[in-house]
Amino acid sequence: MMSRATRRKVTNVVMFTLTGVCTLVAVSVLFFILGYLVWQGGRSLSWTFFTQLPAPVGEVGGGFANAILGSTKLLLLASAIGIPIGFMGGVYLAEFGGNTAGFLVRYMTDLLNGVPSIVMGIFVYALIVLPMRHFSTFAGGVALGIMMIPIAVRSTEEFLRAVPNSLREGALALGATKWKSVATVVIPAAMRGILTGIMLDLARVAGETAPLLFTALNNQFWSPGWNQPTASLPVMIFTHAISPYEDWHRQAWAAGLVLLSLVLVTNIGARFVLRGQTHTSEG
Amino acid sequence: MRTLTRTVERSTPRATRQFVRRLQHGDQVAYLITFIFAATIFLITVLLFFELFRSSALAREKFGWSFLTQTTWDPVALEFGALPFVYGTLVTSAVALIIGVPLGIGASIFLAELAPPRLSSTLAFLIELLAAVPSVIYGLLAIFTLVPFLRDYIAPVLRSTLGFLPIFQGPSYGVSLLAAGMILAIMILPFIISISREVLLAVPREQREASLALGATRWETAWNVVVPYAKAGIIGSIFLALARALGETMAVTMVVGNTPQIRASLFSPGHSIAAAIANEFTEATSDIYLAALVELGLVLFCITIVVNAVARLLILGMTRKSMAPS
Repeated sequence: MMSRATRRKVTNVVMFTLTGVCTLVAVSVLFFILGYLVWQGGRSLSWTFFTQLPAPVGEVGGGFANAILGSTKLLLLASAIGIPIGFMGGVYLAEFGGNTAGFLVRYMTDLLNGVPSIVMGIFVYALIVLPMRHFSTFAGGVALGIMMIPIAVRSTEEFLRAVPNSLREGALALGATKWKSVATVVIPAAMRGILTGIMLDLARVAGETAPLLFTALNNQFWSPGWNQPTASLPVMIFTHAISPYEDWHRQAWAAGLVLLSLVLVTNIGARFVLRGQTHTSEG
Repeated sequence: MRTLTRTVERSTPRATRQFVRRLQHGDQVAYLITFIFAATIFLITVLLFFELFRSSALAREKFGWSFLTQTTWDPVALEFGALPFVYGTLVTSAVALIIGVPLGIGASIFLAELAPPRLSSTLAFLIELLAAVPSVIYGLLAIFTLVPFLRDYIAPVLRSTLGFLPIFQGPSYGVSLLAAGMILAIMILPFIISISREVLLAVPREQREASLALGATRWETAWNVVVPYAKAGIIGSIFLALARALGETMAVTMVVGNTPQIRASLFSPGHSIAAAIANEFTEATSDIYLAALVELGLVLFCITIVVNAVARLLILGMTRKSMAPS
């Protein structure tokens, strides 16, 4: 029989070891994902992946060139919609948003952020695909653009608020009007943070699949212009992964590796940029 | 501002007066422009709800509340009951929470109470990277690693040890409610860990010191003092994770088996609301079929709004408490 003190000490060690194991499990999942994708994707990745169209069923080879271009176009359009609305909305909330309207907009932004991505797909389908009567790059870009808004708003607002008030007061004291001080002093001071936030936002929607399933649909060929269905990396990964063909699985791994590298590089880069930001504002 | 204008008007030549007025005009223009963009966000959200409501009108009128209680989903006979999907969504999310919450809270206690600050922030960053991994990649990995592993190793073990429970009976093909729940558990981990870690770190030092001074061990301090203090925030993080699990589409649809049925066994294939929409939306041939799918979306939307709101209230309450002078 253990003494009470020993039992408490043993509990202490055992429980903290268990929490350590929990942490280890969580972190090792990341390394498992990375390792497995590098292993499977690395052996499947080749130059043709970036330059060729998908091969027809039954043929070996081919690439995801159309999906890469499609994803790029979708992200361009998404940026053109999501960044202006998100940025200006964020400026409004940070600089003029202390009233009821500000509260409402902030509340709606949070709500929009919580909308499941598949529901966003339905929304854009009802809004654009049904009236236009066909799936298109345009609809997909709009869906991703709307998904970008909440995070763009929040990061803009947060970084603008982090700008010290003395900067604003300094500009006003020198005779600048409010918008002058916001446009030439406050926004430039917060620019690095805002841009980083937007890059993270882009990386996030780059991997979104669900809103594209019935807006941009998919395409085995090139998709000229904005009015036709287009292939995109995440949707291609999905269709290839659930297909029964060995060679398609290979392509899905390669695409997965490309997509994951893109997302992780952006995230790690953002971490270092933001770390510099906090250091300068502290020092 | 008005007094400023008045003094300027009285004492300065006309050109300066106009200049000042123009500047203030600029203020109003800037305000108006940003306001229009902010109002757009408001309108988009309202429009989203309106579109869902309008496009599901056909199904809502025809089935009423029985939509949520009927178990038959038969697009050919035009009979639509959402219960199998609701069941699948709830069960997979419950499995995710049962696995994810203990792991997540354990890891956050380790990161907040034991790990040195540098190690803690590095590990927290690595775990947050997990949240950035696209869900389709989780699905891809789950199909080729988790599903076979579950079928060949986990299911037989569960059947031989806990097989007396109805949830662990029957054949296992790999794709199942259990597989979906397990991949969801991994996907919600970073949310639980990063938020819980932050609320635990926000607990005032005095609380720990007082407990240690009374002779409690570090574990007793963490478990009996720090965790209860941060309870609201931790529960908030769990609700946030739940909202994410409920709405998750791709990873679930890739491993859940996409069979609209209600079975007690976790080894059996099932379905979820989001997966049903993803699978059937482009195949919906009749208006009523489409409306039924949109109504599924509306149901999902409402559930996640409520869960998100609860999470936000809990986390907000917690941060207020920790910011107040103690």
